[in-house]
Amino acid sequence: MIDFIRDFFTTYNDIFSVITLSLIVSLSSTLISSCLGLILGIYVSLNDFKMKKTIMRVTNTLMSLPPVLIGLLVYMLLSRKGPLGSLQLLFTPLAMIISQTLLVLPIIFGLTVSSISDICKEVEFTCISLGANKKDTFITILYECKLQLLSVITAGFGRAISEVGAVMMVGGNIKGSTRVMTTYIALETGKGNFNEAVFIGIVLLFISFFVNTVLYKLKGSE
Amino acid sequence: MRKNKRFQKGLFTALMTLIFAMSLAACSNEKPAEQQPAGEPQQQEAEKPAEETSMILATTTSTEDSGLLDFLLPKFKEKTNITVNVVAKGTGAALELGKNGDADVLLVHAKVQEEEFVKGGFGVERFDVMYNDFIIVGPKDDPAGLKTSAPNDPIVAFKLIADTKSTFISRGDDSGTHTKEKAYWKDASITPEGDWYVSAGTGMGAVLQMAAEKGGYTLTDRATYLSMKDKLNLQIVTEKNDKMYNQYGIIMVNPDKYPIKKAEAGEFINWILSEEGQNLIAEYGVEEFKEPLFVPNAK
Repeated sequence: MIDFIRDFFTTYNDIFSVITLSLIVSLSSTLISSCLGLILGIYVSLNDFKMKKTIMRVTNTLMSLPPVLIGLLVYMLLSRKGPLGSLQLLFTPLAMIISQTLLVLPIIFGLTVSSISDICKEVEFTCISLGANKKDTFITILYECKLQLLSVITAGFGRAISEVGAVMMVGGNIKGSTRVMTTYIALETGKGNFNEAVFIGIVLLFISFFVNTVLYKLKGSE
Repeated sequence: MRKNKRFQKGLFTALMTLIFAMSLAACSNEKPAEQQPAGEPQQQEAEKPAEETSMILATTTSTEDSGLLDFLLPKFKEKTNITVNVVAKGTGAALELGKNGDADVLLVHAKVQEEEFVKGGFGVERFDVMYNDFIIVGPKDDPAGLKTSAPNDPIVAFKLIADTKSTFISRGDDSGTHTKEKAYWKDASITPEGDWYVSAGTGMGAVLQMAAEKGGYTLTDRATYLSMKDKLNLQIVTEKNDKMYNQYGIIMVNPDKYPIKKAEAGEFINWILSEEGQNLIAEYGVEEFKEPLFVPNAK
């Protein structure tokens, strides 16, 4: 077993680039959609307006959007024939980040609104009565709801790192450039190389386990 | 209490910064790591002032699954410092990529479609690169008896498969292999349909796996089959016929139509057609499979 692992790392050096790229793509898209999603989510939770119900209904639909549909959309946008074709982004890691961001944003936004709606109004009320301005209120809400928000972000990250359809389409699964863990597993399974596929599968599981452990610890420390 | 909170906040910020810095470092680490494979990188740099550039090669699954490109491209990179990014799809899909200008060079195997592509103004010129041949593979017990009744004739073989309703896995993805398969069905005057005819819609490697799992027949290029042979419980049943010739061609996507990477694309095509590229193609597979997987035939 140890021999196998050693052989593995010497022969399959590029596996590391696959793992790092997976993490870079999924972490960046989670980071971008968290920033946008949390700001929008908190704003919508605090305010009542006319279109709110419609927006939430649309968001709920978008939350269950199939990744391949996002893939198709981003592909058409970024193709040299498409409106953003001149940027030449198709088949680059950036294209993958864009599609994963689109995929994760509705999840983070939707879950933020549904998980903090009740608490954050109380927090806002307290903040206002203590004379806080809008910025302070926002920061206090972030702080007070941090556990819920952490779970929300983890859910978003989970979606991003486990996704295969969109990154396969817009990334093209290019060796050394846009090959990530999920597309690697799909490719190696197709070639009958189950050892490699299983190994990466375990790494993928380990990453989810690690993320959830950290979250659990954070929750426990409260 | 307050101090504690501030500490937590500081810790959180530090952690986030660390993660961010790490991902940045990983980003910038990636490129030099790619350059490393063949020995002394310093010498390489002294030899070639050429800046590192890249291009996209859209190709068939057979050239990637057989390992040919993994063998060729590092050598090309070493020489020219051009990274060739390979998008491996079926020939049909690769030609579509070319039509949309999403690839710079195409390496495919369906001559008629390739010539149409060039005629339609999407490509500059088509060159022969190499060939190998198609074979029909099937389960070891050979339920349709192809090995005895049709060892060299794909048309007879297809008729037998249809008559006995033996499972046949089709690529079903408009790839070069699928195009060839459809031509055989047409020659045999059979419209393949029914439970026995499985249209998989996936790459060659995956279809071979499926054929092995389902105990079915399939049409494959010899290179992909040989490179996966040990993992498959299949045997060659029909081979060696003029109709089973499999020519690969290379085409540059028309630079007048799309802003493709003309210089890199030109360099790659010249290299693969040059003596050096052609010799490397002839070399590939001899050591591992005792026979070359592709035969170079550039003019």
